[in-house]
Amino acid sequence: MTDVYEILRGKKDASGNYQNQSVIVQGITGKYGSVHTKLMMEYGTNIAAGVTPGKGGQKFDERIPIYDTVKEAVDVCGAQIAIIFVPAKFFLSAAKEALDSGIKLLVAIPEHVPIRDTMEVIELVKQKEAIMIGPNTPGVIIPGLIKVGIMPASPFSAGKIAVLSKSGTLLYEISNNLTSAGFGQNITIGIGGDPINGTRMIDAFNIVKDEPELEGMVIVGEIGGDAEEVLAQHIIDIGFKKPIVGYIAGRRAPKEKRMGHAGAIVMGTYGSAESKISMFAKANIPVAKRPGEIAILLAGKMNSQ
Amino acid sequence: MRLLEYQAKELFKEFGIRTPESVSSDNIEKGRNDAKKLGYPFVIKAQVPVGGRGKAGGIQKCNNDDEFEIKYPQILDMTIKGEKTRAILLEKMADIEKELYLSLFLNRSKRCYTIIASSEGGVEIESVKTQTIKEIGLGDVDDKTAKEVANEIGLNDNQESEFIDMLKRLSKLTVEKEAELAEINPLAILKDGTLMALDGKIMTDDNSNFRHEELLKYQEKSELEEQAEKSGFSLVELDGNIAVIGNGAGLVMSTFDMLADNGGKPAAFLDVGGSATTESVYEALTLISKMKKVKGILVNLYGGIVKTTTVASAFIQAYNNNIIDLPVFARMMGSESDKAKEMLADTKTKMFDSVEAAINSAVLEVNK
Repeated sequence: MTDVYEILRGKKDASGNYQNQSVIVQGITGKYGSVHTKLMMEYGTNIAAGVTPGKGGQKFDERIPIYDTVKEAVDVCGAQIAIIFVPAKFFLSAAKEALDSGIKLLVAIPEHVPIRDTMEVIELVKQKEAIMIGPNTPGVIIPGLIKVGIMPASPFSAGKIAVLSKSGTLLYEISNNLTSAGFGQNITIGIGGDPINGTRMIDAFNIVKDEPELEGMVIVGEIGGDAEEVLAQHIIDIGFKKPIVGYIAGRRAPKEKRMGHAGAIVMGTYGSAESKISMFAKANIPVAKRPGEIAILLAGKMNSQ
Repeated sequence: MRLLEYQAKELFKEFGIRTPESVSSDNIEKGRNDAKKLGYPFVIKAQVPVGGRGKAGGIQKCNNDDEFEIKYPQILDMTIKGEKTRAILLEKMADIEKELYLSLFLNRSKRCYTIIASSEGGVEIESVKTQTIKEIGLGDVDDKTAKEVANEIGLNDNQESEFIDMLKRLSKLTVEKEAELAEINPLAILKDGTLMALDGKIMTDDNSNFRHEELLKYQEKSELEEQAEKSGFSLVELDGNIAVIGNGAGLVMSTFDMLADNGGKPAAFLDVGGSATTESVYEALTLISKMKKVKGILVNLYGGIVKTTTVASAFIQAYNNNIIDLPVFARMMGSESDKAKEMLADTKTKMFDSVEAAINSAVLEVNK
């Protein structure tokens, strides 16, 4: 399997430090793309190139070269990581272009991508043995090292807890809660709020489960689909023993209404909070009633093990 | 979007899936004409975007003009599980031998389309013991798979070819219209041995609407929802009296859960999107001000990039321009929150350090 950690931080050098991996930004000159490119650079992410068709030859922020195509950018900087900011309508072609140019980790920010387009990209991702995080995700961050996404920097601190979340703002809220309680994060991955995700809950879990530094995990789910149930069953099946706590948003939401996210909808019993919470209970994962309880629950779980 | 039964059946007809003879209307004058055309007896079916209407009295047999004059207005006036009847479908009854179930749906964890079929139909599929489930990638069904499904639900040779044809048409509909669910329940075997779709449910992918102008006529949006969409928000209206505003679907859901846990009754779920700005919060307040039942507004924002003072100025603008006169219970996480509190000191907006405190205060005050 493609190693996301290795793509994001490379291998340790002789003095034990990780290398600064190059990142390409697709849609770097757009309103949203430019704001977040600057914020990623401030965080220390090595933005090596931008792509905006028609603007090849220009520079972003007077120093980052812009190319017309991903292929040109990859040829020059050799990046394996790309983050996409284009409007949803153009996502399919932007993602195909990135994968065809050899990108191995694609972070797909746009919301409102049609499901069929996402499914087509996933087919290509499988062929190319690449990984897509998103769409409709805040991205991925290894605190203190690399941020490929739109998350604010302040909630995160380096540490040994992994946070996997369908929701963006809840990821910030809960990471902030963890940081305040002294639980830094080893990695946090935004699964995204869409019905179909490039990296599902279970995939994200498999990415982080063998990380030697990892001491615990927080799973932030929400109503809709059965990603949480599938993950809980997997945790039972493999007998994973590190402490995990969970949170499920949407317990009191009405049925058959989309609650903000395209994927946050309960159909009959499919996708209900009750179903997820009861599967978490079977997997011995305590579920917080409020985001503010997460750190306390995690501390309790870690002390009892 | 979720299509009503008559809309789903319009698509069924377009794709050559056989349905009973029927006509739809939303007023009794047209209903009377429809009744004449169709001829008694028929069933009057409430068109609501929710299941369980049969039990609620939303489907009734009608034998003559006298019954029609009583039942049509009664069903048109009905509210079923909080959903008003949108329209009426008058439909001829079929001579049913047996009821089956058939659907194609988007299997989210497997990330493929899935056929579900059963020899038991007419009830919710979750309650059915024996189901045939087949994963079919991006939604296309080949003859071999269709044949296997037909065999597994026990169809005889005569019904088999008709079933295969119907399943392939349903698959074509699913793919072309980008449906997340296309369900025929019940799929009836009639006394003469032929097959017919008696009820239909279709949900399409809203994010693909830009490719489906032909479906937009089915889109149902309140004026407020339309305004919300224009601003890039998502809004769900509910029956309570406290509006919940926040940034990011997960955070708003979470706030909504905590409010309901503490005895509050949500009137609206309003997600202004991940990055809140002065403009978006101002627009959100403007929207909520148009909902008469709202007695208080609960705001939960995770600042991150935006400053809390920026958001505070949106509240002040809204009061100054007489957009709102409602109490606001706000929790904002982010920089400069002390300054924001100062700015709001003389307004009806109270700032809290925790969402729990904001909720408690909102519930107490609104229920006073």
